[in-house]
Amino acid sequence: MTGARSTPRGAAMESAAGAAHGTAHEVTLRVFRGGPEGGALVDYQVPVETGMVVLDAIHWVQGHQAPDLAVRWNCKAAKCGSCSAEVNGKPALMCKSRLDHMPAGEPIVVRPMKTFPVVKDLVTDVRWNYQVNQRIKPFTPRSGAEWKWYQHDIDRVQEFRKCIECFLCQDVCHVLRSHELKHEFAGPRFFVRIAGLEMHPIDDADRLGYLKDNAGIGLCNITKCCSEVCPESITITDNAIIPLKERVVDKYYDPLKIVWRKMTGGDKKI
Amino acid sequence: MEKYEIHEHDVIVIGAGGAGLRAAIEASSNGASVGLVCKSLLGKAHTVMAEGGVAAALAHVDPQDSWQTHFRDTMKGGSFVNHWRMAQIHAQEAPARVHELEQWGALFDRTQDGRILQRAFGGHTYKRLAHVGDRTGLEMIRTLQDRGVHQGLQVYMECTITRLFLDGGRIAGALGYWRDTGKFVLFRAKAVVLATGGIGKAFKITSNSWEYTGDGQGLAYDAGAELIDMEFVQFHPTGMVWPPGVMGLLVTEGVRGEGGVLRNSVGERFMWKYLPEARRNEYAADEDEARRWLDAAVEARQTEDRRPPELSTRDNVARAIYTEVREGRGSPHGGAFLDIAYLPADRVKKKLPSMYHQFLELADVDITQQPMEVGPTMHYLMGGVRVDPDTAAATVPGLFAAGEVAAGLHGANRLGGNSLSDLIVFGRRAGMGAALHARGMTSALQISDAEIEAGMRDVLAPFERPSGESPFEVQRALQQCMSDYVGIFRTEADLETALRTLVELKQRAERVRVEGTRVFNPGWHLAHDLRNMLIVSEAVTRSALMRKESRGAHSRLDHTAMNEAFGKVNHCAKRAGAEMSVEPTPLPEMPDDLKVLFEAPKEMAK
Repeated sequence: MTGARSTPRGAAMESAAGAAHGTAHEVTLRVFRGGPEGGALVDYQVPVETGMVVLDAIHWVQGHQAPDLAVRWNCKAAKCGSCSAEVNGKPALMCKSRLDHMPAGEPIVVRPMKTFPVVKDLVTDVRWNYQVNQRIKPFTPRSGAEWKWYQHDIDRVQEFRKCIECFLCQDVCHVLRSHELKHEFAGPRFFVRIAGLEMHPIDDADRLGYLKDNAGIGLCNITKCCSEVCPESITITDNAIIPLKERVVDKYYDPLKIVWRKMTGGDKKI
Repeated sequence: MEKYEIHEHDVIVIGAGGAGLRAAIEASSNGASVGLVCKSLLGKAHTVMAEGGVAAALAHVDPQDSWQTHFRDTMKGGSFVNHWRMAQIHAQEAPARVHELEQWGALFDRTQDGRILQRAFGGHTYKRLAHVGDRTGLEMIRTLQDRGVHQGLQVYMECTITRLFLDGGRIAGALGYWRDTGKFVLFRAKAVVLATGGIGKAFKITSNSWEYTGDGQGLAYDAGAELIDMEFVQFHPTGMVWPPGVMGLLVTEGVRGEGGVLRNSVGERFMWKYLPEARRNEYAADEDEARRWLDAAVEARQTEDRRPPELSTRDNVARAIYTEVREGRGSPHGGAFLDIAYLPADRVKKKLPSMYHQFLELADVDITQQPMEVGPTMHYLMGGVRVDPDTAAATVPGLFAAGEVAAGLHGANRLGGNSLSDLIVFGRRAGMGAALHARGMTSALQISDAEIEAGMRDVLAPFERPSGESPFEVQRALQQCMSDYVGIFRTEADLETALRTLVELKQRAERVRVEGTRVFNPGWHLAHDLRNMLIVSEAVTRSALMRKESRGAHSRLDHTAMNEAFGKVNHCAKRAGAEMSVEPTPLPEMPDDLKVLFEAPKEMAK
């Protein structure tokens, strides 16, 4: 769209100050530029400072070479989950991707998340996630419950509530990424959210039918890619998805437990 | 005229952080049709960055706490230029708002007897901050977000509002554009709630995100509303100082609340030197007492020991660190050492998990083993839109404001933890006020085509210019100017230099050119945001010039003492034609039944 793209300028001049410290060098940032109709990788030469992350480099390009380079970001501290992208092919937060952890001398390739439609450059349309969230039955406190519980009652739920909604788990999940089953699968982010609600000490709603029939939890074949990519280190598969799968199995597929519940009249949440 | 989308609501809330979400929920509960407009995706607002906690006198850990003590701490922290009524409402209502969050699904850390846990923070007499480790803001925003989306709010994400419209002096709507397409959208509304946060991006070193460009203050100013207390800019004492890319990033006050100790390059625990004489007896006398206080805090025991000096108010700690560095006792990268490594690693990781990861991943520092390096970072604006304490109404009918964009609660300096409580207390009141106002508006409001067209033309102008510099260059110059001349310590000469520079920058901002298309174009977005940043920068500078004293976060090297006459006024910035006028206006006087709370020094000593 602009001349600045094909002929990056200014980099050498800007890095001169850094070079005086003897630490500065340059890195090639190879960034996807384009929109829904397609695009191309464009190279930018960026001066490197100590401790710099990919998002800093993107900002440098924006501030000096391509003011229209589209990128989402807010906190720059891995707390808001806005700057998700694929760095050298790996889904990551750009604000946590240190340049000095990348292979030296090679270009750093930055692409938008693959699972979601590209709006422009590194920005994707993630609205689908918000639609899924809206379908989940909200927190429903048990009537007459005492608002008192202990730290050990909520440790496991607090893990789920660390989620910053970066949607990297959604991006990496095969069911969404390769099989494109957005219409029948909620994705790891929302299993984490549901687990947080289901395991809340006084929540009383039943989301197991939704998990089985609408959220498609059965489609997850526990490859744990989501857990690996989570910047908050939430053990998504082991702590959220597997326990939810077990609850669904107990309720809908375990004949002994079904008979037992009928005999005792108990359908209590675990 | 270019085609645009139209949406109609009783109430439009601009900004979807804690205050905006809480306002939208309340307006909707009061029967209003509500549109919630935000610049980012939902749930990404600056509230997610709040770490330490939400201040409320629940008295779960220190049973002596009460709203009166919280009120007193807030007024003292603000050097008594706060609006007393806001501070009263805030202290009285914060506990109910925190319990309400819990009823909506928030999971705060617990006391041993199963209630909401509270931690110590600067300037608070008692342990008062309900928290979730060091990610309290995230918990709050997610709770409100999930509550809101099930309540029928219409959320308009990634939409920037550029102008408010009036009909006969009353709010009639707002113009905005979609960030992803660049197309315009008109919101017709009977009331507008501003919940747009602060102005940090006008400064070079700041803890604030890209969104903090003074939008609400700018929109209100353009609409004729009053901005007060703009000289009071909070520099948080502990931002990261290294590596360069993260300079300014916040290090939660929770580190000090959990026992973090500040030392200079010669190993001196310097905060004792900087305690104001009047408040010295609120703090531990020596290292032993500070340690006993901490041990009691860790074991959740009551104690007669007083809190460590690091828990002085933010303005004071920021000046202390700045002074230590200036006098040559700074850390290698120009800050102070903040040490929590002397505590068990497990406890540090449990109570400060995101600080642990932030330093490990971004600075190669393991805070369970080594001290952090920290220094002041522009963090918060105490000033903003003047509001009525009970309804959050601005001085323009139909306009409301809550959270950081509003002024009055915090006076000259905000206490940590009082921001999150501000959001939910006054967010709720703004939502109520706006819904009530909308209900009372029966006649149809008109917005003229000419005004809409002028609004759109204005925003598109940078595309039309055949040449001009990049808006990023102007922003860098503005940030340099504000950090150099309107920082922690101010002088008349510096402030005058800033004013002259701002005039030039305003001209440069009017000549910037943007390239590319209207589809998600950050350069274009910034070209418009610059306008608001320049308005607020001018208001901050002019108000700072007028306040010839040092009070709270406003420190004048040429007027170092507090001056009683200035303690009776707020400075009020307002649009007067094309110029900005700044005038002192009388501070509302506290009624006698509240004044009594400040007349018992013996009780206050503890």
